[in-house]
Amino acid sequence: MKSLGSIRRSFAPWNDSSAKPYISFKNVTKRFGDFTAVDDLSLDIYNREFFALLGASGCGKSTLLRMLAGFETPTSGQIILDGQDLSQTPPYRRPVNMMFQSYALFPHMTVEKNIGFGLKQDGMPKDQIAYRVAQMLKLVKLEKFASRKPHQLSGGQRQRVALARSLAKQPKVLLLDEPLGALDKKLREETQFELMDLQQDLGLTFVVVTHDQEEAMTMADRIAVMSAGKVVQVATPAEIYEAPNSRFVADFIGDVNIFDGNVVSSEGGKTQIAVSEDLTIVAEQNGSGPASGAAAFAIRPEKVRIAREAPANPGFNAVKGEIWDIGYLGDMTIYIVKLASGQTVRASRLNASRELENPIGYDEEVWVSFDDNAGVVLKD
Amino acid sequence: MNRMSRFNVTAIALGFAFLYLPILLLIIYSFNESKLVTVWAGFSTKWYREVWNNQGLMDAAWVTIRVGLLAATVATVLGTLAALALTRFTKFRGRTLFSGMVYAPLVMPDVIIGLSLLLLFVAAGFDRGFWTITMAHITLTMCFVTVVVQSRLLSMDRSIEEAAMDLGATPLKTFLQVTLPVIAPAVVSGWMLAFTLSLDDLVIANFTSGPGATTLPMKIYSQVRLGVTPEINAVSTILVAIVATGVIIASVLTKRREVQRRRDEQAAFAQ
Repeated sequence: MKSLGSIRRSFAPWNDSSAKPYISFKNVTKRFGDFTAVDDLSLDIYNREFFALLGASGCGKSTLLRMLAGFETPTSGQIILDGQDLSQTPPYRRPVNMMFQSYALFPHMTVEKNIGFGLKQDGMPKDQIAYRVAQMLKLVKLEKFASRKPHQLSGGQRQRVALARSLAKQPKVLLLDEPLGALDKKLREETQFELMDLQQDLGLTFVVVTHDQEEAMTMADRIAVMSAGKVVQVATPAEIYEAPNSRFVADFIGDVNIFDGNVVSSEGGKTQIAVSEDLTIVAEQNGSGPASGAAAFAIRPEKVRIAREAPANPGFNAVKGEIWDIGYLGDMTIYIVKLASGQTVRASRLNASRELENPIGYDEEVWVSFDDNAGVVLKD
Repeated sequence: MNRMSRFNVTAIALGFAFLYLPILLLIIYSFNESKLVTVWAGFSTKWYREVWNNQGLMDAAWVTIRVGLLAATVATVLGTLAALALTRFTKFRGRTLFSGMVYAPLVMPDVIIGLSLLLLFVAAGFDRGFWTITMAHITLTMCFVTVVVQSRLLSMDRSIEEAAMDLGATPLKTFLQVTLPVIAPAVVSGWMLAFTLSLDDLVIANFTSGPGATTLPMKIYSQVRLGVTPEINAVSTILVAIVATGVIIASVLTKRREVQRRRDEQAAFAQ
């Protein structure tokens, strides 16, 4: 059996110009009265992809999912699934199934009846339903609970029933609305990996809505970061983290230090940004940075070095500051350094050795530095 | 537990006495041997036998039960549909007017409902009798069903209906297989409420009845005008017994389900 990694590494239909998208949102807009929940949004999702819609609450991600399921109709635009326009298809005729945030289990039915509900609607013979339900129960390891009612189950078990029920009809696409939101942290982490394995084994397309960036980063092949009804960036988790295309994305995903300044020069593959009297940033050019004018430089805390000794080229990608705060997390330590300009910089350091003696302490003067390729230049 | 103060005990005793003493007296005197209602002459069940043999009373009881069953059933269907319309379609034209009109009989004096229905039936040329009483009772009780069912619908998780549709159930199947079973307790209590109201009603029945269709309250009322007989006491006691039994069964069932549910939930989370 191939490991998940080897399958995943080679899976990138979005880079293949001949690959046809499986689900396409084409200029989809959804308004509720005066409020625009989804604003002229276009998005392609590929077959067998694990796709995450990530954003703060109210960004339109759930509305997008509900339009795909058929519970909301777009005000304008098209939703195409496997070459078919879904606009006129009611929810009960769509080849997609959804796992609801509240699980939405039928309270008056047993676990078995819940899972078999969709199959019964299709008019499947009883013995086949029983067989498929047994299969599903095995898949989610709930064989012993078949004849229980939902209120006789724990939260984690309910989540599994909901999952089994939404998978029972073998939909082309499974929609998951905050699937792990109601679980505690440990269970959530376990379930994340189970969902990934399941998606890979069944070869389905998963579209998951979440506000939890860690969840999206762990599970998804690609993430669409949404804000105010628009997609801000669609990319793999690594690209989103290492090469955010805007200040919003950089700020939304993980921790980040942002230096504002003006582009001094932009040549030889490097951009120079004057930030303050004692700091000029030299960064490798990338797609999203401007060639002149105001610019911002974003760098993640783990890519910022701190040291007592002055680096080779002070003033360029290196600046002096004072330790303002220290957060010791065991595996790593987070230092907040205050620069002469008043800006604070967050630097995290992996505690690779047991530095019990002479650690960097409060109020100490340190040098903050980073490499040319450690951060990204963004439009202001 | 704290001992209750003398004031509390007195207050409770007086309150219960105010509510139930008349009913208690009525029940006691229904077992009176004497023909005089106010003079106790020993225990007897003879008035119950008398009731059984009193054709007029039995006919009236039968009419009342038939009207009650039919009116409650129709009112439950209509009231449930109205509740659905009010909770599920929040933006149709004239919704405010509709909800106002559904609830009007709740606050309208019975006399006015009775009178207006009488005028309507006369104008429409209906023969007054069993059917007009039934129709009037449907009008009267529908809004109560709507109130009960609507509150259940509002507290129900809508996503289970969406889940049913998502799994391929048409809106009708969703209603029959998911919504209705979930709101069933409210529908049943709406029905019981409607039945009781229909059983109780005197004023509207008086306006809308015709020859040959006399309900039990009407019969009792007309007999009482000629003097209270122990027979009336016996009939009333039977009515009280029926209603009380219904209420007790309903509350015991609800209570037991609640206890069972809590136990199940605890068991589930203890795993």
